[in-house]
Amino acid sequence: MLTHHNMQKTLSIRLLLPVLLTLTLASIMLALLIGNIPLGPSTLLHVLDGSETGLARSLILELRLPRALNAFVTGGLLSVAGALMQVLVRNPLADPYVLGISGGAAVAALLAMLFGVSGYWLTGSAFAGALLAMALVFVLSRGGGGSWTPTRLLLTGVVLATGWGALISFILAVSPDTNLRGMLFWLMGDLSFTAHSLFPALVLAGGLLACWPLGRDLNILNRGEIQAGALGVDTPRLHTVLYLLASLLTATAVVQAGSIGFVGLVIPHLIRLLGITDHRILLPAAALAGGSLLILADTLARSLLAPQQLPVGIVTALLGIPLFLYLLQRGGRPQ
Amino acid sequence: MSAPFLTTEKLHLRLPGRILCQSLGFSLKAGECWGILGQNGAGKTTLLHTLAGLHPPQGGEIQLCGDPLQTLSRREIAHRLGLMPQDTPDPFPATVLETALIGRHPHLSRWQWESRQDIAMAQTALHQVGLSGFARRQVNTLSGGERRRLALATLLVQAPPVMLLDEPVNHLDLRHQHQVLSLLQQQSKKGHAVIMVLHDINHAARYCDHVLLMFNNGETLHGTNREVLEAKRLSRLYEYPIVMQHSATEKWFMARR
Repeated sequence: MLTHHNMQKTLSIRLLLPVLLTLTLASIMLALLIGNIPLGPSTLLHVLDGSETGLARSLILELRLPRALNAFVTGGLLSVAGALMQVLVRNPLADPYVLGISGGAAVAALLAMLFGVSGYWLTGSAFAGALLAMALVFVLSRGGGGSWTPTRLLLTGVVLATGWGALISFILAVSPDTNLRGMLFWLMGDLSFTAHSLFPALVLAGGLLACWPLGRDLNILNRGEIQAGALGVDTPRLHTVLYLLASLLTATAVVQAGSIGFVGLVIPHLIRLLGITDHRILLPAAALAGGSLLILADTLARSLLAPQQLPVGIVTALLGIPLFLYLLQRGGRPQ
Repeated sequence: MSAPFLTTEKLHLRLPGRILCQSLGFSLKAGECWGILGQNGAGKTTLLHTLAGLHPPQGGEIQLCGDPLQTLSRREIAHRLGLMPQDTPDPFPATVLETALIGRHPHLSRWQWESRQDIAMAQTALHQVGLSGFARRQVNTLSGGERRRLALATLLVQAPPVMLLDEPVNHLDLRHQHQVLSLLQQQSKKGHAVIMVLHDINHAARYCDHVLLMFNNGETLHGTNREVLEAKRLSRLYEYPIVMQHSATEKWFMARR
């Protein structure tokens, strides 16, 4: 019976990654075809073989493809950051923003906008704000004696996040009305202003590669620090690595697209509910699933009320909540 | 006489405002099974964590299989010594088999995946603790006693020469208490060295060959079961009157009426 179970399990694990890859490709296809001007699959083929050179070509290659790829990378970054953060604080409610990194980025970005900064400088100051928020939580949660516990980190992060929230409200209250729409971007999450650069994709790939050899350590850390330490895991070092990685991934995603809710919280649980608990599989699977979800959400966000574009954060919640609740109900049923 | 697995010299443990032990020196040899007794908060868990290198002592030295503990990496320690913690949280889903399998961690290289052989080892350990049919079960569906036995299975999979156990029979029913304790006694007879924190004097009397008492004032006393376990001393240890009864073959301790 047990060997049967193992075979069944390896089979489902072997199927998972191809299924998720197909899902990713299918969502990219959809994102290329659907929109303000709907295109047929044949147009896509013609663009790919070079026979189409008109509007459709620039629409697909210059607008929709880069945007879909950005959505994928952002979704991937958030999902992996969420999974790492959940292990770091051993709390299923943790998401990438729980330690206030998006708050720090938003405050810096809003201040920059208030002073009329734009373009790369804006992105740069958002990134600097995220790093500052990271450093603050890291230093303050260590306290005087250098003692460090997940609860202490979580509490420090949550309190600082509330502080950033108050600062954001303050800045919004004193800003001129003309800035408000741009500022909403940082609060709701939006992929329509995203600058196209290779940096986020490199961070995602680098982050996944860095996590891969830590997979078994992460599995064990789930059973508590004492158990992990007793099984040979250097927990203080692993905590630091996790903290830095998760924060860097989050900061990159926030600078890309503001704070898009839900993806980072729900995608890791979704993969766990499918029965995947090994982080060596969970993390890449979360990257693919999160990326696909965000592509689909963004496609809907720009086509539901076209030509008007909705912030993608609204759609991730609308898509993610029912999906998650369904899986939770199903997973909760006794076997 | 074989070389000791674990020795402490002038070990000094303190918590803010309290001394847990002072110049504690003992040596644990292969084949020995030790019980630690003391009141709640006497420092039994802190001592186990210190012996496992998870907590720095305030003074003194610990040697593990001939090497000073602080010179060993966590991984090197995990090859020689394992700890069954007092509680094992499970915030995220995992199956019983997966949980037992983490005991193989120190034996696998960073890039290695668990093999069929590793899975077979985990299944053997689950069988030993009476969890044979539980491999596919989710850990969070287990009862308190089943969780303790799963934690023990993880330690058996790790199979280190030195085994430290923090209240291994907590939450266990009578039959499982004795099965687990005799399993641990067998482990020591096979050449492992076992130290466990216990709350039942009679468990220590029956299964341990050595006993370490930790008094609330930081005093410690250790020796063979026969030397150490004595009603007057135990009454002082627990600050509660304890009497010894005996039959022709056995002796047992109980709280005085």
